Amino acid sequence: MKLLKIGMVLIAIITFTAFTNSDNPGYKVGDIATDFNLENVDGKMVSLANYPEAKGYIVVFTCNTCPFSVAYEDRIIALNKKYASQGYPVIAIMPNSATASPGDNMEAMKARAKAKGFTFPYLMDKDQKVYPEYGASKTPHVYVLQKTKKGNQVKYIGAIDDNYQHPESVNQKYVENAVDALLEGTPIKEEHTRAIGCTIKV
Amino acid sequence: MKYKLGTLFVMFLFFNCNNSIKNEGDLSIVKIDESEKKIELKILDFDDLEPFLNQQDDLVYVINFWATWCAPCVKELPVFEKLHKDYNKNVKVILVSLDFPRQYETKLIPFIKENNLQSEIIVLNDMDSNSWIPKVSEDWSGAIPSTLIYSKNNRKFFEKSFNYNELKTEVQQFLN
Repeated sequence: MKLLKIGMVLIAIITFTAFTNSDNPGYKVGDIATDFNLENVDGKMVSLANYPEAKGYIVVFTCNTCPFSVAYEDRIIALNKKYASQGYPVIAIMPNSATASPGDNMEAMKARAKAKGFTFPYLMDKDQKVYPEYGASKTPHVYVLQKTKKGNQVKYIGAIDDNYQHPESVNQKYVENAVDALLEGTPIKEEHTRAIGCTIKV
Repeated sequence: MKYKLGTLFVMFLFFNCNNSIKNEGDLSIVKIDESEKKIELKILDFDDLEPFLNQQDDLVYVINFWATWCAPCVKELPVFEKLHKDYNKNVKVILVSLDFPRQYETKLIPFIKENNLQSEIIVLNDMDSNSWIPKVSEDWSGAIPSTLIYSKNNRKFFEKSFNYNELKTEVQQFLN
């Protein structure tokens, strides 16, 4: 009996560590994304559930310090401008540890949001629990979610577009194409794309 | 997991300290020559880089993707430099820089000079990363630092930082 108990505890520990392991690859297209409750630059807490009118969300893991994130700031602002009114607001989440990356602390985030005039929430993943659940590995890293009966379903994962250096030379606007397809009810051509980005600082 | 990361971090610190002390001595001697040497960057698109990822000779190739703007990359560079030095005969280290073209002259070249990098450096300038990232490895999300180790058709890809012992252990497996 005792042996059985020890066995059960061991199994529980193994299962637990398996699930908390950072090797967890995160969401795939089609998975249901969990909601979160994170602090915004205005001091308020924000959840996806705060947007009852939304048809979905453009969740962007981004930060102050990564040159790729900086290169995409204006395009993230433009995404929110274009799609918030159509039911797909941008929700930006800063996943880095502020200890490991002081340029990404809450004060710096506030300053950045103000300087750039962010019109969307810029949240801090303070406990660094949200980004691993999504499977974000870098900044910027985008997840387009659609509200369904089952929950917020992941519809697109990846890059914003195919040219970080020159916005005017972009050939494929991956996120826009995905959201447009969702709005039109047509299939998304590219559901998963990749781009170079900065590792999330732990 | 946290504990593991902790140890890793401590090992990292250790290694970095050792290394910077060692380097300081070398640097002062070499610096004079290096500043006068003109560095010509080898700038390639992915089609031209690809052969470097598929050599068929007997060497073990260690391809590290990095950039001067990537702090964890810069931190682990001495590890690759040491590997290049210690395994000169059977291992070929190639540092593939993903720096921005506008920073080649202002950041990348000065960085190579200042740190007196000895491994081969290739600059990859190819915008369409969605097409070429999976050609390096299906497992690569695009985050750097990342490293490909291969010998002929045996390949292993790592989207993570290395300390010297970890890298040595991985390379050793290809040498045996």
